[in-house]
Amino acid sequence: MSTSIATPSDARRVAPSRGSVSVSGAADESLPGETLDTKTVGQVSVADPVMGARVVNVHYGSKHAIHDVSIDIGRHAVIAFIGPSGCGKSTFLRCLNRMNDTIEGAKVSGLITLDGQDIYEKRQDVVQLRARVGMVFQKPNPFPKSIYENIAYGPRIHGLAATRADLDEVVQTSLQKAGLWEEVKDRLDHPGTGLSGGQQQRLCIARAIAVDPEVILMDEPCSALDPIATAKIEDLIDELRQNYAIVIVTHNMQQAARVSQRTAYFHLGDLIEVGPTDQIFTNPRHKLTEDYITGRFG
Amino acid sequence: MTEIAPKPVLTSREKVAATLRRRYRAEMRFRAYGLSAVLIGILFVVLLFWTIIHKGYTAFEQTYVQLEVSYAAEDLDPGGQRAVADLQAANYQLPVRAALRAAFPAVEGRSELKKLYGLVSGSAEQTLRDRVLAKPTLIGQHEAVWVLADDRIDMLAKGQIDRRLPESDRAVDDAELRMFDTLKAGRHVEIRFNSGFFTSGDSREPEQAGVLGALIGTFLTLFVTLVISFPIGVAAAVYLEEFARRNRLTDLIEVNINNLAAVPSIVFGLLGLAMFIQFFGMPRSAPLVGGLVLSLMTLPTIIIASRSALKAVPPSIREAALGMGASKVQMVTHHVLPLAMPGMLTGAIIGMARALGESAPLLMIGMVAFIVDVPKGLTDPSTVLPVQIFLWATSPERAFVERTSGAIIVLLAFLLLMNALAVILRSRFERRW
Repeated sequence: MSTSIATPSDARRVAPSRGSVSVSGAADESLPGETLDTKTVGQVSVADPVMGARVVNVHYGSKHAIHDVSIDIGRHAVIAFIGPSGCGKSTFLRCLNRMNDTIEGAKVSGLITLDGQDIYEKRQDVVQLRARVGMVFQKPNPFPKSIYENIAYGPRIHGLAATRADLDEVVQTSLQKAGLWEEVKDRLDHPGTGLSGGQQQRLCIARAIAVDPEVILMDEPCSALDPIATAKIEDLIDELRQNYAIVIVTHNMQQAARVSQRTAYFHLGDLIEVGPTDQIFTNPRHKLTEDYITGRFG
Repeated sequence: MTEIAPKPVLTSREKVAATLRRRYRAEMRFRAYGLSAVLIGILFVVLLFWTIIHKGYTAFEQTYVQLEVSYAAEDLDPGGQRAVADLQAANYQLPVRAALRAAFPAVEGRSELKKLYGLVSGSAEQTLRDRVLAKPTLIGQHEAVWVLADDRIDMLAKGQIDRRLPESDRAVDDAELRMFDTLKAGRHVEIRFNSGFFTSGDSREPEQAGVLGALIGTFLTLFVTLVISFPIGVAAAVYLEEFARRNRLTDLIEVNINNLAAVPSIVFGLLGLAMFIQFFGMPRSAPLVGGLVLSLMTLPTIIIASRSALKAVPPSIREAALGMGASKVQMVTHHVLPLAMPGMLTGAIIGMARALGESAPLLMIGMVAFIVDVPKGLTDPSTVLPVQIFLWATSPERAFVERTSGAIIVLLAFLLLMNALAVILRSRFERRW
């Protein structure tokens, strides 16, 4: 590891303990471009974040996967997590809607807030959390049901549509927002698994936005798609930014540069640098970031 | 291989070519082994089916003898009231014997007459009684009635008794042979479809024995087995696979389930005897207890099959459901279970098919008793097809040999039906992703 970052023990000593720092307060103090009390270089905080993470650590059994990560997720913006394989970016992403709960032996510590509320608090209902923080996975995973049922599932289990007409409308608007309506409106009863890969992924995005979340987490949403389908998804992400906060994990640096406003670089479980995407790609402040984006490793 | 030049300098390509023939030969040999293994398997299956069907198809036919019966009023209803109770209690042996004597007026002497009366089944009286009870005006009249032939005559009519054997080695002696030939010459003997085989229960007399009792018993037993073992098995599999944390306890449970699947079935019979009959005081020989015992036996099979069906559901579907905010139970019931259902059903039907063929545990709980009545409920004494086969196979009468094979055919048909059901259910529920 580079010598230019503070040692983990330093970071831990000065790190705000859980609950002692309010996210909004920290953001106010540290604006702009000021680091919070972490080793991370760059602009960790943003004004009025929708989600905030402070000193988050993740252990898988004895493996320490994420070390002291602090970062804010801004509203109506796309933030990209980049970094070499195994750097913990997907793991951290999955902390944001507690999908790590499903993995046995995974332990998350630290503070993660959604609109100022601790999402790991006992009272926080994980079902409600996931309705507010939606997720799109690496491999398109539509349910083996009809296109309609795929979209209608979320609103149905959360009781968002009272009548069949409401549900029809939710399905239509979700598919429209995902740019899939024109392609599938005549075959809503066909199986979702019969669509092409790119369509399936857009179906999954439509499914995620059908429950009207605040944040959408995307875990390498284009890695299984061809360039044309990828371009469509990227356009879609750009449009969705109007209404949602989007966190996208990607291996593709050009993609991060194209779709995101902020970029976070992860390395071996550490959050090395966060900043505006332009700055990260043109003028990285940290040696590791520079090495990675210039292709020296990764 | 090539013995030409003293020291041929071979290129790599030639060396490869030299090994090729050997490789192809090895491949051919390997294929031949596989093919012959398959062919041997098929041969034995064909042999098995041929033997069973060849021996058993005659069980579906039955020899009938025609008698000219006169329902004499003075024998059957001397009071002349035609009361049902009187007609029921009347001695119908008299008209049967009279008809036989009339057909063979020359037969005399006690032993000869006994042989004559032995031509027809004991059920002939019952046949006459049923006819008279259905139509009391028959009394005082004559009619030609087809009655069941005795099992030895049945065998003779079907050609299963070799006439060339010396009389002492033959089940039918010369006098009976002559009587039979006379009847046959007069067209008083007929072989018909044996509907009684499917409509009556067990009997000591082969010509009256049928599989209905065992069939219904099997049905009831399997019903109990399915109703108990499928829900419990699926629930256990879902819990272990989807909800339980991996720890020593669940490991222990898993090992024990796998071990239970290998326990000899008769041990389950002993358990059932000790637990259900001795401890809970349930009735002996009942399909209820049989079903419970077979449930114990089928449960491990169903749990193991269901767990592997659940494991085969891709984790991405679970993630998708959880990511949408489905609770764990919703994830299981809405997505995982429907996808795993075909595999679970297949496992259940394989387990049921095993239970269908099981006899050892049922012997322990008394389902081996000789039961004539067709069971009407879960607590009525009954038997099942495999045990019925076992019972008939141990009976000395020649005619029970074909009944045994006949019952095996019925059992196999039942089995094929269940497998067909499994295939249909699978293809109906199977979903691709």
